[in-house]
Amino acid sequence: MNAHKRFPTRLNLRTGRVDITHGAGGRAMAQLVEELFVRHFDNELLRRMDDQAAFAVEGGRMVMATDGHVVSPLFFPGGDIGSLAVHGTINDVAMSGARPLYLSAGFILEEGFPLADLERIVKSMARAAAAAGVPVVTGDTKVVERGKGDGVFITTTGLGVVPPGLEISGANARPGDAVLVSGHLGDHGVAIMSRRENLEFETEIVSDSAALHGLVARMVAEVPEIRVLRDPTRGGLAATLNEIARASGVGMRLDEDAIPIRPEVEAACELLGLDPLYVANEGKLVAICPQGRAEALLAVMRAHDLGRDAAIIGEVTDDEMGFVTMETGFGGTRIVDWLAGEQLPRIC
Amino acid sequence: MKYVDDFRRKDIAGSLAARIAEAVDPARDYAFMEFCGGHTHAIFRYGVQDLMPPNLRFVHGPGCPVCVLPIPRIDNAIEMAERHGVILCTYGDMMRVPASKRRSLIRAKADGADIRMIYSTGDALQVARDNPGREVVFLAIGFETTTPPTAVAIRQARAEGLGNFSVFCNHVLTPAAIQHILQSPELREMGQVRIDGFLGPSHVSSIIGSAPYEYFAEEFQKPVVIAGFEPLDVMQATLMLIRQVNEGRFEVENEYTRVVTEQGNLKAQALVSEVFELRSSFEWRGLGEVPYSALRIRDEFADFDAERRFALTGSRGRDVKGCECPAILRGVKKPTDCKLFGTVCTPDNPQGSCMVSSEGSCAAYWSYGRFRIDKARAEAREAAA
Repeated sequence: MNAHKRFPTRLNLRTGRVDITHGAGGRAMAQLVEELFVRHFDNELLRRMDDQAAFAVEGGRMVMATDGHVVSPLFFPGGDIGSLAVHGTINDVAMSGARPLYLSAGFILEEGFPLADLERIVKSMARAAAAAGVPVVTGDTKVVERGKGDGVFITTTGLGVVPPGLEISGANARPGDAVLVSGHLGDHGVAIMSRRENLEFETEIVSDSAALHGLVARMVAEVPEIRVLRDPTRGGLAATLNEIARASGVGMRLDEDAIPIRPEVEAACELLGLDPLYVANEGKLVAICPQGRAEALLAVMRAHDLGRDAAIIGEVTDDEMGFVTMETGFGGTRIVDWLAGEQLPRIC
Repeated sequence: MKYVDDFRRKDIAGSLAARIAEAVDPARDYAFMEFCGGHTHAIFRYGVQDLMPPNLRFVHGPGCPVCVLPIPRIDNAIEMAERHGVILCTYGDMMRVPASKRRSLIRAKADGADIRMIYSTGDALQVARDNPGREVVFLAIGFETTTPPTAVAIRQARAEGLGNFSVFCNHVLTPAAIQHILQSPELREMGQVRIDGFLGPSHVSSIIGSAPYEYFAEEFQKPVVIAGFEPLDVMQATLMLIRQVNEGRFEVENEYTRVVTEQGNLKAQALVSEVFELRSSFEWRGLGEVPYSALRIRDEFADFDAERRFALTGSRGRDVKGCECPAILRGVKKPTDCKLFGTVCTPDNPQGSCMVSSEGSCAAYWSYGRFRIDKARAEAREAAA
């Protein structure tokens, strides 16, 4: 297909902006799809330009996950909404132990959004998908009037297949199990906050946004007894552990000194009055496995680039109340509760 | 985190705990009120109570700025945003504080009012500069610590001729509130509360100094130890209070010497008195009307006073029925004495102000210490059965 012949002029990716016609189903939309999305996401399934992607899959249990992305700012240290949309959904699929196969992407664009920014986002998505080996095979574009969106929203859906023999679910934690994390917590949230309007501060922290399916593949191959995998995104480690505790009907006991947090993240949180346990991550996972397999799991995680700083941070307890408690670095005990509302900087 | 971590060290906490255990007289109880929400937060966040002997307890005071703002003032703020169409700027903590009729700033915002969360008074000024055609009101709250930045903003607005900017002033004063608690009938006559001493404010004292506490230490014969907000500060100051009680002393001592001086920050004090003057009386949630306990904007800066700029109807908002915030703020009741605590009132759905801010004692009990309460209740049930 030759874009030059189909359309009189090329899409103005330098100074052009999204307008209502880009979502109207006419020639302008076709041009946007071809010259931007198909060009960068390029793969055989997408090139067919059907309304759906058709493919054969190997037998087994399939998983499907979807994730909407509305991040502000759109570009941040260590990533952007595009790479985040790819990593986030791949990770949701991978947390079942599955091998992710395909992605779909839905774009909601706001009228007036610069095409140059859109191209930057799409290129970043394409790079992330190529690096992960998980192609975007179908998609959709809509345009909303100015003021009715925040630049661009992206929803991605992912499909994957679970290798035989795995039984991973948030409801499977058992008293006595070990709780592990794959690395430093809070990097993503702090990187985002450092670029928020009214709150800008200088930091070298970059988002940890990454696709974790490679790490997961190694982990489940070595320790198929893993009971729970979860990526602690919104609400941070605290929310994730509380979700698991509730789903499994257990409690947890953490050791604050064992939880890996970078000094820079700790300092930024201290300054803003935030608790790093509630700050979002986009390239970390929580794993729960039988105590006897914890050291083996830790070793395989640390051998992988994305799990270098993994640590055993606590254990699952028999607690019908479902409390996640923590031995503080100070020597006391406290609850690590669900987040109420949004974390806000303290004023006094 | 160099510097900060030094004040959170477990080994020092252990040795301080041992010294406290040694210092307390087993034949008596100790009840110390920490006035500030910052101390309440530190006590719960780090589990300081676990390191204390069983005959020592902390009584949580009213020093949480969002907790003491009475409902009518929040109603007024909502009225400014809704009826007068102003852009209302405020700190994030205020957003979820319950107002009358199950409303709050966050709900008013969802209903269409232009309410913006800001991080500093500078942000509020910027909103005013960016919206010259709109009235912009800064909802100012807080103790002596947050007052100087408000004074700076008002001076700056006058210097720039920012005619669309004004301040809804709700700044309150710590010494007046402590004195009011000490004079309350519960403490003086009814013997419902016993307070053996005070952990004095930390950031507030960096502004006002340690001298203002001298009067009531002597008048009410209660020791005051000004303490920093780190957990080791709290423990060291507690040890100093125990020693004063044991020795029958009632002095103002300063544990927080790395920040607080006797005279405080004179420049900040001058700035505050240039822009503000005392109100003869101000309503506190929990304490009621407290004489000379708050500030208002001086006549010279009347143009920047939102209370004079906008006609406001007198709200008669009252606390939710059954809410024990008032008694909890005075130290008369504990959060667990309230029927609403943990049932209809949780941080996700706060009925009273003490459940909103992380510095409020109900929120601190719920978020950090709930496992103790539920375990105690479960044990009590078992014992009964």
